[in-house]
Amino acid sequence: MSAKEQFSTDAMQYAPQLFSTALRMTRNRLDAEDLVQETYIKGWRSFHTFQEGTNLRAWLFRIMTNTYINKYNAQKRKGTEVELDDVEELFLYKRLGSIDQSQLSSSAEDQMLDLFTDDEVKNALESLPDDFRMPVLLSDVDGFSYKEIAEMLEIPIGTVMSRLHRGRKAMQKMLYEYARDRGLIVEPTTIEETGE
Amino acid sequence: MPNCQETLKELELFLDSELPNAQIEEIMAHLTGCTDCQGAFEFHAELRTIVRVKAKRDHLPDGFTDRLLACFEPQPESD
Repeated sequence: MSAKEQFSTDAMQYAPQLFSTALRMTRNRLDAEDLVQETYIKGWRSFHTFQEGTNLRAWLFRIMTNTYINKYNAQKRKGTEVELDDVEELFLYKRLGSIDQSQLSSSAEDQMLDLFTDDEVKNALESLPDDFRMPVLLSDVDGFSYKEIAEMLEIPIGTVMSRLHRGRKAMQKMLYEYARDRGLIVEPTTIEETGE
Repeated sequence: MPNCQETLKELELFLDSELPNAQIEEIMAHLTGCTDCQGAFEFHAELRTIVRVKAKRDHLPDGFTDRLLACFEPQPESD
């Protein structure tokens, strides 16, 4: 098998994952298509620099992440780091984890899986500012390690961890608000205050 | 063995598979005897699964695979 055939076979299997992540990054189908296409073009041009036996998937995601950051000038703007509102620890769990069956509408039961639609999860992710969205995407959706994410985003591991922590909490708050707005859960006005 | 506060502090690293084995064992030992923390860990593990599954449900656009395969052709000098 030629190098080209080998690369196209190996790389193409990641197209769906790359496209999903590109969609969450760009929040736009056409931009996402362009981003994945550009990733493959760059990957193909620099395939000779890929070390066989290393992680092709991480290599492709790294190319895509760099391309996105450079193209959209994301993340790198000095001194313009966006802050997120501070959300309390275990935000969603405190509201849903110990929820009484009767507080959930019967259709939702206690299945979290049914509580949030695909679009709500996608919207919650996409509404995070770039600095937080990228680490959350690369970790929660694509399963990369802190080290891999730190390398892709060129930030220290400690920064990856704090952005994951805050990004995840912000996402939980949004998911909670979606579910509440759809009337699936009742606002817990007294859950924590009444210690009886 | 870590207490509840110490255990919950490591929740994210635990779920991210970023803890050393010795610490994983300590946390597992705590979770075995603590239904409160167990509930919190299970909740977040389930939430992770939901995010991972739901955020990945996208269909590739028609003809997209062909366009990607074309990326592997020798690049023309001009377009």
